[in-house]
Amino acid sequence: MKALAKNRETWLLAAIALLVAVIALRFPAFARPGNLLSVFNDTSILIILALGQMAVILTRSIDLSMASNLAFTGMAVAMTNAAYPEIPVVLLIVMAMAVGTALGALNGALVWKLGIPPIVVTLGTLTIFRGATFVLSGGAWVNADQMSQGFIALPRTAILGLPMLSWFAIAAIAAFHLLMTRTALGRSIYAAGINPTAAVYAGIDVGRTKFLAFCLSGMVAGLSGYLWISRYVIASVEVANGYELSIIAACVIGGVSIAGGIGSVAGAGLGALFLGIIGSALPVINISPFWQLAISGSAIILAVVLNARGERRQGRIILRRAEA
Amino acid sequence: MLHHPHPAHVVRDPPHEGEGGASLLTLSGVSKSFPGVRALSGVSLSLYPGEVTALVGENGAGKSTLVKILTGIYQPDEGEIRIGGAPVKLPTAHAAFEQGITAIHQETVLFDHLTVAENIFLGHAPRTWLGTIDWRTMRDNAREVLETMGAGIDPDALLSDLGIANKHLVAIARAMSIDARIVIMDEPTAALSAKEIEELFLLIEFLKSQKKAILFISHKFDEIFRIADRYTVFRDGQMVGEGLLAGTTQNQLVRMMVGRAVDQIFPERQPKIGAPLLAVSGLSHPTEFDDISFELRQGEILGFYGLVGAGRSEVMQAIAGMTRVSRGTITLGRREIAPKSAADAIDAGIVYVPEERGRQGVVIGLPIFQNVSLPSLKRTSKSGVLRLAEEFRLARTYTERLDLRASSLSQDVGTLSGGNQQKVVIAKWLATEPKVIILDEPTKGIDIASKAAVHGFMAELVAEGLSVIMVSSELPEILGMSDRVVVMREGRMVAIRENRDLDAETLVRFAAGIAP
Amino acid sequence: MTTDTARHVPDRLDSPLRSAVFSWEMLLVLVAVAIFIVNSISSPYFLNAWSLSDLTFNFTEKGLIALAMALLIIAGEIDLSVAAIIALASTLMGMALQAGADTPLLVAIGIGVGLLCGAFNGLLVTRLGLPSIVVTIGTMSLFRGIAYIILGDQAYKGYPQNFAFFGQGYVGWVISFELTLFLAAAVVFWFLLHRTSFGRAVFAIGNNPVASAFSGVRVERVKFILFLLTGLMSGIAAVLITSRLGSTRPSIAQGYELEVITMVVLGGVNILGGAGSILGVVLAAFIMGLVTFGLGLMNVPGIVMSIFVGLLLIAVIALPIIWSRFRERRA
Repeated sequence: MKALAKNRETWLLAAIALLVAVIALRFPAFARPGNLLSVFNDTSILIILALGQMAVILTRSIDLSMASNLAFTGMAVAMTNAAYPEIPVVLLIVMAMAVGTALGALNGALVWKLGIPPIVVTLGTLTIFRGATFVLSGGAWVNADQMSQGFIALPRTAILGLPMLSWFAIAAIAAFHLLMTRTALGRSIYAAGINPTAAVYAGIDVGRTKFLAFCLSGMVAGLSGYLWISRYVIASVEVANGYELSIIAACVIGGVSIAGGIGSVAGAGLGALFLGIIGSALPVINISPFWQLAISGSAIILAVVLNARGERRQGRIILRRAEA
Repeated sequence: MLHHPHPAHVVRDPPHEGEGGASLLTLSGVSKSFPGVRALSGVSLSLYPGEVTALVGENGAGKSTLVKILTGIYQPDEGEIRIGGAPVKLPTAHAAFEQGITAIHQETVLFDHLTVAENIFLGHAPRTWLGTIDWRTMRDNAREVLETMGAGIDPDALLSDLGIANKHLVAIARAMSIDARIVIMDEPTAALSAKEIEELFLLIEFLKSQKKAILFISHKFDEIFRIADRYTVFRDGQMVGEGLLAGTTQNQLVRMMVGRAVDQIFPERQPKIGAPLLAVSGLSHPTEFDDISFELRQGEILGFYGLVGAGRSEVMQAIAGMTRVSRGTITLGRREIAPKSAADAIDAGIVYVPEERGRQGVVIGLPIFQNVSLPSLKRTSKSGVLRLAEEFRLARTYTERLDLRASSLSQDVGTLSGGNQQKVVIAKWLATEPKVIILDEPTKGIDIASKAAVHGFMAELVAEGLSVIMVSSELPEILGMSDRVVVMREGRMVAIRENRDLDAETLVRFAAGIAP
Repeated sequence: MTTDTARHVPDRLDSPLRSAVFSWEMLLVLVAVAIFIVNSISSPYFLNAWSLSDLTFNFTEKGLIALAMALLIIAGEIDLSVAAIIALASTLMGMALQAGADTPLLVAIGIGVGLLCGAFNGLLVTRLGLPSIVVTIGTMSLFRGIAYIILGDQAYKGYPQNFAFFGQGYVGWVISFELTLFLAAAVVFWFLLHRTSFGRAVFAIGNNPVASAFSGVRVERVKFILFLLTGLMSGIAAVLITSRLGSTRPSIAQGYELEVITMVVLGGVNILGGAGSILGVVLAAFIMGLVTFGLGLMNVPGIVMSIFVGLLLIAVIALPIIWSRFRERRA
């Protein structure tokens, strides 16, 4: 019980519940299970992206290129679909993940092999990937009528009452939970972030771990590329422009420490959900959607202030030790 | 070439007869150079199963380079490592780990936000049939290992919730869990209390009974003679002596370490002590120290002795404005001062030369002259505008007085040796022309020659009328340099005495809280 | 090790000339000259006073912010909210305009809002000890968010005639007010960083904040001032952009923060703090202007230009690393 109270995720969950409850006081319809599920569905892509970003931030790195990766990969699969409608969607999803992973690997390799700070590398690839999207498409859009039926239908197909998009998010959460807690890679990611020196002594290749974390963030960005395009049924160069900061915001609100080593799948997921709920709630409670940005900004600042309180370093406490 | 002949001056005990046979690990002719520095040249070392070998040497003698070679972090330029008679290569940390070599470090190399069980098994966790980490088995195994050691630590506890002593236990449990044959302990007792050290020694006995070969690195001779069976002495990157401890005296070891007799390293001086200059009265901090009162007189060296963690640095940092106090006054001359930052204290004429040279002392990345002028920028600049000629003049004056060895004053301070960096550190605070200079462990981790230079310089300073507070944990230094000595224990002052009324034993008794 | 006896430690080993020749800035000059030549060859319209003057509008506003950002990054901090500060400052200027403010008041409001936003960032970072990258991601959303709350999808237009001077006016011949301001600010920041004890403190903090504090540097105060300066330059940039565009939308200057940081890093400032020069940043600003303008003359769309900027950013950092590895291997 005490451990639960100390837990960041518990507090965040409580904050979300409180948020929903407050909204429900005035607008009970918001808290109906059906509506909450649709909010979850709307947030699915952000959740998936936040999980990949979390893996990267845990290793003391940052990936600013995720949204551009998403745009490029999304454009690539949309154009492939438009040109070869006979290719099955499953194959396109595999392709999206492969392309995304390749772009992520490029980031990772520059960080690993050349030792360039991640913020510089991904600042560069942020513009390169988006520019490449333009080169790829020649500035043209891929519209709904150019996409195949299966391409558009997949995220909307309901299974057990939930759209596939939600299932993708659920699967990503499960996969990342397993990865982070049950595999050597997952634990290496934590170890490399908590104490890189010690990680080397424990036989962990920190550079390689960072590389793999970037591959992961690239992979989910690629997957999200397909999901985004098929959900919003339009592929353009401008897709998800500036979204990289929302992804990082979800992580920060979810208690992922920018200094590395601290953070969890539940936290990143809840952080994304928090942003998603605010986004969905604003129109319901009749506040202009233009408020969303300022509210999430305030939430980030509040979250980082609260997180910092928990992490504050203390002195040696010589006197108390003497009295004990 | 592989079997380097030992230099002629190596002290060697006669061959070890009839005591359990062959060594488990042998290094021979191992050398390692870094740009500009030969860290190890042709050293040899042997570790034996079920025995503790103490590795002694001044800082900079090459001990940490050796540890890094044994743990696969560095690759030797030449030489051979054999384990159980067979030559091995340790190209990575993982390779060393697979050879059964594990290290317990000064700053414990563990992971704060992971559980105890995971810290023990990181990198070699038990797997399920799916290849995923088997947490249940890991937890059970961790509990088992901890129980064999008699350590009552919960495997599910977060490492960040444990004290240093328990963290060491976890590190040892990790060594046990990988079935390490060779355990390296790099100053494991540095931050432990006397009771915790006893517990650690029990564990070392346990490891000996398990036939582990242990390399024990420590500066404390009492511990070495307590727990070790053999010694190996390094000096300036060379192995200068090895043998059994039985029948060896502390003095012999010290002589090997420093290459000369230890007496008479402290300068002779005729103290000319004047009127009280600094008066500290009832200084208290909510958690770190309580009711500290003393006077420092003109031209005096006041020693502050105590065990590591007695609160001496905390008191000094409060006087120097780095931490706030809850109560008490500081009077300099006739004026009461309440410095809120180091800048305030420097303005008032009190400077603090910190203990952690790399973190608190030098600004690596800036050249020597800019390091020296940093606290004096107000004087070397004119209404905020830098005057480089003034900075060079200031830097030259003070580094020359300290006999700094460098190729130019524009050299990055990070390229200097530890001893020369310390000279820059002292020069930078001295250049502010303070009335009171507080030196916190001024000779920690520097070579003998630099040590002597620092001591000689302190004597010069007080002769010129400066007042010095010297925090030190080294008894010879305290007794060799101080006019009076304050002893602190657990955040409180326990004694203040004239040096001539003191001897080493009395000091240790005060510091340890043993009634005389 | 080549060590001398203490009595003869020289002040310097290399002559200033020698270190200037082998500097990052020299590399940037070479890159700039190369791009300049390529541009002159590939477009007949390039070598023309008015073309060159137009070119400068590509970087002056971002360059002004980059000057302050360089100091902030050298001190080990970062401000991602600069573009959002522009949006908020411009929006509040628009509001004041609706209320009947004249040009001097508009300028004062733009600059004042910049200072206030900078102070807010600075307080959060120095008083609460929070990491600036996260704080400014938050304030970036907050500042622009407030602009959106005020303006929504509307726009403010109808700035007074004499207000247009700041972003569109010329001091003389082809020399724009923006360029003049940028060059003047560059001189001021060069002096501040390289010739004052404040600048020295900035370098010291970036290399080792703890040792700097122990050495009597007022670390928190210096950092606060740096955030204030960055806010100030963003406020000035807001005045220029608003004046140049003649209108305010909440999406104004979107994405500028990353271009500013690219400029700073390209200019040789270590993103991890502790090293950098104003000359490098100014050269990087020119290079980015040259690249964008040159590609524009060749009818390359803006988004494709960004590829070059991104590649340039990675290449200028990667190439020296690859080169030194290559030399090590041969040695």
